[in-house]
Amino acid sequence: MAESKTISLPVLGDVSRRTALKAVGATLGAAAFAKAISPLSQLKDRVSMQEFLQKHYKELTHEDKTAIFARLEAETKQQYGADVTIQDHPPIPGVRFGYAINLSVCNGNGKCVEACHKENNHDRATNQSYIRVFEMPRGTMDMEQGNSTYDHAVPAEDKFYLPVQCFQCENPPCVSVCPVEATWQESDGIVVVDYNWCIGCRYCQAACPYHARRFNWKQAEIPAEEVNPNQGYLSNRIRPQGTTEKCHFCLHRTREGRMPACLEACPTGARIFGNMLDPESEIRWVLKNKRVFVLKEELGTKPTLFYFFD
Amino acid sequence: MRKRNRPSGLIHRAMRLAAIVGLSSLPLMYACSDRDYATQSTLTTAAHTEHRELFPVHINRPAGPPRIDTGMLDDFGRPVTVSCMSCHTTQAPNFATRSGDELLHFHQGLHFAHGGLSCLSCHNPENYNTLRLADGSTLEYPNVMNLCAQCHTKQANDYAHGAHGGMNGYWDLSRGPRTRLNCIDCHDPHAPAFPHMRPTFKPRDRFLAPPHRGEH
Repeated sequence: MAESKTISLPVLGDVSRRTALKAVGATLGAAAFAKAISPLSQLKDRVSMQEFLQKHYKELTHEDKTAIFARLEAETKQQYGADVTIQDHPPIPGVRFGYAINLSVCNGNGKCVEACHKENNHDRATNQSYIRVFEMPRGTMDMEQGNSTYDHAVPAEDKFYLPVQCFQCENPPCVSVCPVEATWQESDGIVVVDYNWCIGCRYCQAACPYHARRFNWKQAEIPAEEVNPNQGYLSNRIRPQGTTEKCHFCLHRTREGRMPACLEACPTGARIFGNMLDPESEIRWVLKNKRVFVLKEELGTKPTLFYFFD
Repeated sequence: MRKRNRPSGLIHRAMRLAAIVGLSSLPLMYACSDRDYATQSTLTTAAHTEHRELFPVHINRPAGPPRIDTGMLDDFGRPVTVSCMSCHTTQAPNFATRSGDELLHFHQGLHFAHGGLSCLSCHNPENYNTLRLADGSTLEYPNVMNLCAQCHTKQANDYAHGAHGGMNGYWDLSRGPRTRLNCIDCHDPHAPAFPHMRPTFKPRDRFLAPPHRGEH
């Protein structure tokens, strides 16, 4: 009777087949894991460990913010060659911002679009801006019928001009869809984005009925001398690629008491800005005395940017 | 111009309180949300601004009567301008004149498109260095907005409430000043319709045809 011979691998010596397969499996598993996490090794060139471990804006202490802003300022210097100051602008207590645009006066010249582009450090190649001005046929408020690329002397016959930007809705659909709470509404009504917390899923962009959000398909390219050095963490600092952004009523200006850049640039005086909680403010006078309306009122978003004709 | 200076002391506080009570009981102009911004925040505002001086609102004004270009140059190559009264002390006023083109000297190229007005509807025939209101009273050039406001009452009312005309500076006057334009900064008084403009800055959207010409 033939003696049964145990099968053994020459290298491993007297090891059972089961153990050998386990070893092979473990090796393959480890290799697959290493391959799976390999993008992390490339990450360290672009994302520092501090940035990777950075907490949500609302959880940051004063010291955290100081360190983060210093890091971001250094990164801007390195990438753009520009010396910038990044600050934290908390909302002013007792202020709720309101904005109104007089469509009888607006002539569609687009200076607001340009002012926003420069103020908020937008990508130069795409002429990105938080404001779109639609040339609209008279008799409709349907944005689909508007055209934002008109290129002729304005105002044209039988047209009116509709500047559209973020309305800082009281009931913002973009906020409720965000899966990571990277965007939220502050006490003065401004809907802000923590660009470092945003994962770039673009749900908010899809949720906004006004096309007010923009996505950074690429890192903004701006010559050093054109970078606006007065920057806010939640507003006009240069946004990382792959994040969403939107109009923030120039909070780095307005929370210091100043007017938004688009208002100051408007050569027709069509824009009125102020604190809706101050009964003596200009915006309150407009809301009280002009027949103001909002876009897509039926959606219940309750915009705080109003339009009126007079 | 808006009256932002509020009475001080007890009256101030009383008014503030009245404003707070009034505001909290009124439905707001925009739809109220669940959060009670109105009452809560106005209280904070009152405490916030009570001890603060308000910064001024500066309104642009013309410095004085304009100088008229004679079309000549002096020895240094500078245009020679003259005061209105250089000629108008010797020229008899003509109330029928409605356009510069009717004149033999000066003002010929002046484009006029401002309703059915004549020159002397606004200019003062007794003193050409000043303007004249409809009731015959004299008005200095820096106060020209009062002249415009005689007819354009709606715009003047809007302006008085900060809802007409361009401005710069601070929305919050407790933090900084504001500069406002006056009527004739934007509207040529002789042809006041706002001029047509050419848009200079257009978005280059990725999916629209014109923007990428020559780039790819």
